[in-house]
Amino acid sequence: MNWVARLGAIALEQFRSWGHATFFFMEMLRAVPASLRRFDLVVAQVHAIGNRSLVIILASGLAVGFVLALQMYYALVIYGAAENLGLIVNLSLVRELGPVVAALLFAGRAGTSLTAEIGLMKAGEQLAAMELMAIDPKARVLAPRLIGGIISMPILAVLFSAVGILGAWVVAVMLIGVDAGNFWSIMQTGVDVWRDVGNGVVKAAVFGVICTVVALYQGHETEATPEGVAYATTRTVVISSLWVLGMDFILTALMFSRP
Amino acid sequence: MTSETFIEIDHVTFGYDASRPILSDLSLKFQRGKVTAILGGSGCGKTTLMRLVAGVYPTDKGRVIFDGDVVDTRDQAQLYRLRRRLGMLFQFGALFTDLSVFENVAFPLREHTTLPEAMIRDIVLMKLNAVGLRGAASLRIGEVSGGMARRVALARAIALDPELIIYDEPFAGLDLISMGVAAKLIRTLNDVTGATSLVISHDVPQCMAISDHVVLLATQGRIVAQGTPAELMASSDPETRQFVHGEPDGPVKFHYPAPEIGVDFGVT
Repeated sequence: MNWVARLGAIALEQFRSWGHATFFFMEMLRAVPASLRRFDLVVAQVHAIGNRSLVIILASGLAVGFVLALQMYYALVIYGAAENLGLIVNLSLVRELGPVVAALLFAGRAGTSLTAEIGLMKAGEQLAAMELMAIDPKARVLAPRLIGGIISMPILAVLFSAVGILGAWVVAVMLIGVDAGNFWSIMQTGVDVWRDVGNGVVKAAVFGVICTVVALYQGHETEATPEGVAYATTRTVVISSLWVLGMDFILTALMFSRP
Repeated sequence: MTSETFIEIDHVTFGYDASRPILSDLSLKFQRGKVTAILGGSGCGKTTLMRLVAGVYPTDKGRVIFDGDVVDTRDQAQLYRLRRRLGMLFQFGALFTDLSVFENVAFPLREHTTLPEAMIRDIVLMKLNAVGLRGAASLRIGEVSGGMARRVALARAIALDPELIIYDEPFAGLDLISMGVAAKLIRTLNDVTGATSLVISHDVPQCMAISDHVVLLATQGRIVAQGTPAELMASSDPETRQFVHGEPDGPVKFHYPAPEIGVDFGVT
């Protein structure tokens, strides 16, 4: 009986924390219009979250493009289908790798920084001080970061894919000798802007919401101690990554189920 | 006609969890325009009491009345309206570490007013001048000492000329000179602005020197004594004497409740 009670307590605690996170998200959404009226705060966050993630996103995109072109070429050349390289690389990047890998990197780079920042603001009573100055921290601090994350993430994913395609071009065309005209033209005919690129951007926006909300929630709910902030940043990466991977499967099934 | 009472604590009971009340049926009145010190040992509920005044937590029982209005923590609009009339000095400053000294003081002005930049600059420099830090306006928060940070926080707390200023442990961790300066500042600000000041502290000499009224709190918010500093200093009540004169022996025990020492060391 004891283990049944324990299981029940764990389930109840889990539901409680989901409910709490949902309320937190709803309250942040309610604060969004006020933040949009002060767009300078959002722009500052796009700079802090987006611009400062550029180096890691661009470097990773290039590296992924390099190895993707190599691996695909090794596989395709066996079947004499190396001319399809450009299309496969492009679809892999814009549909899956761009949004997913960029989101995982975003969680690691920007998510942890958001969690630590909010956690330390809480530990230093800065959020409490704002509340007592009659300033809503959700509108002043959290919502601009949420909007900044939602704007930044799709742009970062698009840049990741674009740089990845350039990396693949360098390896395929300049190093291996795949025909450049074929590399680009098969992309033009095989990739649909709305179905492939558009859905990739939508995916990235959803991942942006997930990563930013998880990071802000973990920071906001952290225990105000050094250990608490350390645990919260770790949880941000783990929870964001699991949500991104799970959500990617669902979105892929919904978006690309028809041939 | 305005009432003499600015803040009223009316039979308030509060605990962070139901089994452990921090304040139990506490009633107090804070007079308009006066400096009131709340003195008491650690854990007696001083800071909690101030947070109830600011509407941070709802009371379990009783009411907090802020200049005639019952504080309702569920009504955010009313809460923010009341909070715009108060300035709070946090124990550790709670300054925004990503902003300069100047921007920290300017923060409430930028958030709550549409004053032109030139006027904001003048007000900020005046407030910083009042706390002796006009020359430190351009420093980053990481570049100022603990005592200076406390003064910056004080300048920020008074930026909007609040009617109520709450000081949470304003003397903690300050050297003797800074402590004297801080105490003089609290008194001067109160006299110049006509604000009502609540000082939470366990520093008896400083509070006695600057307060109009002193409240001594014990555990669960029990009022040991209250009155003017002179009345408390002259009190013959053993508990009041022990606290006011810092005597080690008396009704207040040094040790947290525990079993006999022999039980813990296995020698009974």
